[in-house]
Amino acid sequence: MTHRILLALLCVFSVHIIKAQDTPVAYKGALIYTINSTPIENGTLIVQNGKILAVGADIQIPDNAKVFDVKGKVIMPGLVDTHSHLGNGSGGDRSGALHPEVRLLDAFDPMAVNLMKARAGGLTTINIMPGSGHLMSGQTLYIKTRKGKVIEDLTICKNVAMNICGGMKMANGTNSIRKKPFPGTRAKSAAMVRELFIKAQEYQKKLLAAKDSPEKAPARDLKMEGLIEILEGKRIVHFHTHRHDDVLTAIRISKEFGFKIVLHHVSEAWKIADEIAEANVPVSLIFIDSPGGKMEAIDLDPKSAAALEKAGADVAFHTDDPITDSRLLLRSAAIAVREGMTKPKALEGLTLAGAKMLELDDRIGSLEKGKDADFIILSGDPLSVYTHVEQTWIEGIKVFDTANAEDKAYAVGGYNVYPEATTHVHD
Amino acid sequence: MINLKSMTNYKLIIGLLLLAAQLTSAQIAIKGETIYTVSGKTITDGVILIEDGKITKVGVASKVRIPKNYKVYSGKVVTPGLVDAHATVGFSGIYNNESDQMQLEKSSPIQPELRAIDGYNPQEALVKYLNSKGVTTVHTGHGPGAVISGQTFIAKTDGETIDIVTLDDATMLAMTIGPSVSRNFKSPGTAAKEIAMLRTELLKAQEYQKKKQNDDISKHPSRNLKMEALVQLLEGKMKALVTVNSSNLIMTAIRLAEEFNLKLVLDGAAESYLLIDEIKTSKAEVILHPTKARGYGDMKNMSWDTAAKLTESGIPVAIQSGYEPYVPKTRVILYEAAIAVASGLSFEDGLKSITFNAAKIIGQDDKVGSIEKGKDADIVIYDGDPFEYLTHVCTVITNGKVTHQECE
Repeated sequence: MTHRILLALLCVFSVHIIKAQDTPVAYKGALIYTINSTPIENGTLIVQNGKILAVGADIQIPDNAKVFDVKGKVIMPGLVDTHSHLGNGSGGDRSGALHPEVRLLDAFDPMAVNLMKARAGGLTTINIMPGSGHLMSGQTLYIKTRKGKVIEDLTICKNVAMNICGGMKMANGTNSIRKKPFPGTRAKSAAMVRELFIKAQEYQKKLLAAKDSPEKAPARDLKMEGLIEILEGKRIVHFHTHRHDDVLTAIRISKEFGFKIVLHHVSEAWKIADEIAEANVPVSLIFIDSPGGKMEAIDLDPKSAAALEKAGADVAFHTDDPITDSRLLLRSAAIAVREGMTKPKALEGLTLAGAKMLELDDRIGSLEKGKDADFIILSGDPLSVYTHVEQTWIEGIKVFDTANAEDKAYAVGGYNVYPEATTHVHD
Repeated sequence: MINLKSMTNYKLIIGLLLLAAQLTSAQIAIKGETIYTVSGKTITDGVILIEDGKITKVGVASKVRIPKNYKVYSGKVVTPGLVDAHATVGFSGIYNNESDQMQLEKSSPIQPELRAIDGYNPQEALVKYLNSKGVTTVHTGHGPGAVISGQTFIAKTDGETIDIVTLDDATMLAMTIGPSVSRNFKSPGTAAKEIAMLRTELLKAQEYQKKKQNDDISKHPSRNLKMEALVQLLEGKMKALVTVNSSNLIMTAIRLAEEFNLKLVLDGAAESYLLIDEIKTSKAEVILHPTKARGYGDMKNMSWDTAAKLTESGIPVAIQSGYEPYVPKTRVILYEAAIAVASGLSFEDGLKSITFNAAKIIGQDDKVGSIEKGKDADIVIYDGDPFEYLTHVCTVITNGKVTHQECE
């Protein structure tokens, strides 16, 4: 028994042995995209204790600092993927269309090999989601792609039992239209969602009424608790939606109940960019190499990014891995630029915009003093097909290095490199 | 009044004639800062002349005079129209519902008699979409997922009817070896059974072929569409397009091709990098899976550098758009080759994989796949490196007609 405990302790410690350096480390000579300021040529980034100590062109490097010469390289913040299915998690089942009590974290595999795709692609923060085959498929999980054994090694929240560690996945349109008990039409989908939120409002009222006399409080209800976090603005709704009318329905419901929402996919955003901007709702886009695959996505067009930028809406990008590959998130920003978005906004869409959509922008998304030392070193321009992610760093710890043969294999694939495939599309 | 009216008609007719001439058999000149002819030398500051849908002249600008009446298009980079070596586009449509998914008939696992020309929709939105991304020729047809799913054919991506678009009406027989077959049929349920069924059918076809060769016509067997198609395969008039990914089953495909003397095209071929010598010896041709394909099932060992590895070893590859059950409903070979080029394939070989090599494997290298005098005037103009993410496909010319234009 003691042996087992010892072994368990060793396991825990072995993970934490890889600790951020408390002596400063300087990366000198790169072109640095800080995101929150103009790019710095021949810049230096200094990190210490997992945080950014300083970044700039002419900054003093402390005498005790370890210095890496990264001349000719490009440094930018670690990428934020606002929507992914890596880690083999799961959400609600077919017993119903609404699962606010289901937590992806209870099924997520922090040791999943497919997370290496994210590290190889320079993704340091990910919103891991359950699928879109439900109106509400469950609670999502915000992680860093740190290496670890238990979910707490990866989560951004400190305590998965006590904290709110992610958002809520919702969807409308055809993915969630199925046989009973699922809705059969779009209007029914909206009605079912509204009914549920009205129930949650009632529950919330009862809780408030019983504030001073806990014995009068209603019995605990996991479903209601998940929804109240949404109503109180503590849990963000990540809403899968494609067609222009579905998008506006999602916005309408969010306004009715006053919850925070991020629109995901939004194939037809270019048709209603002004309306989205007017509603002050952020959008996370995905680019698929051809339109269609289902009726509601036949008008998908990568010009959405530029249209939204012009309208003044916030835009981020996501992989929806396995729909697009985590190793190619940079490509999304490049496609957005090809179709008219400005480069600074596109780079922001890979980083700070996504961080804001997860309300993590106080810690991540830009290279600023005091923020987490999450950054990537690139071989060249972030928007070039020929550019490779050479290193990925999270809180001062390297999680991917292309100079390492094993890591290189994760960047290209090969025999037994990814033994488990990421399945799950919209079930 | 009468004069005026006839005058207007006269002008209208002339105008229409001019317009028609411009749209169909226009005389076009293309000026390119860099022209990748693919089959020959790359030309800096070059000119291509087009007349009646064919390339009539290619050379450096200083030596090729552009006649006055030619409409001139110019751009930074010029390549041949792209050739997609294997697609299901036109069979699997944009909506992805049962009314537009015609790439796989599930009533029986062996149906070589299914002709591609009877199933292709030349007006499919995704065919037009591919044209706008530079793809002017597609080898498409029945998809993977059956032991023999049917025939493939070759089409140009511009034109409204099957007769107009068809370059070759029966090119290959689409076969699959591997686990995807048993997902679609009760039997075969294993790869070994797939091969046993295939060999049984091919033996029957050999018998049928023998009987057909009898000088006494009265002894000929009655017509059998299935057998007729398989005889075409045995006679090498159609190639065997075998979708297979795992290394052991690639060897099985090679063994089968040897036994029946089939012209083998390995399709998908995710683990082909493990069998470079064996594939070389077999003389099989390779149409690689899309570089960005998902590593599901027997694709799990796929790698982005397979095209580079095969090419380095002397096996020319074509990169395909392939079949996608979900999204993207069609892939774009330009984007797939780009990732292969970023993963170690040379620029020139990347371009070859979606032009010349593809044209060769599908047997159309006399018409498409390179910029040469006498070939079809299928040309793409770009505003930069074709593989770069930021580059636009500016102008697409198909059979001498401008079919897409987007750069100002």
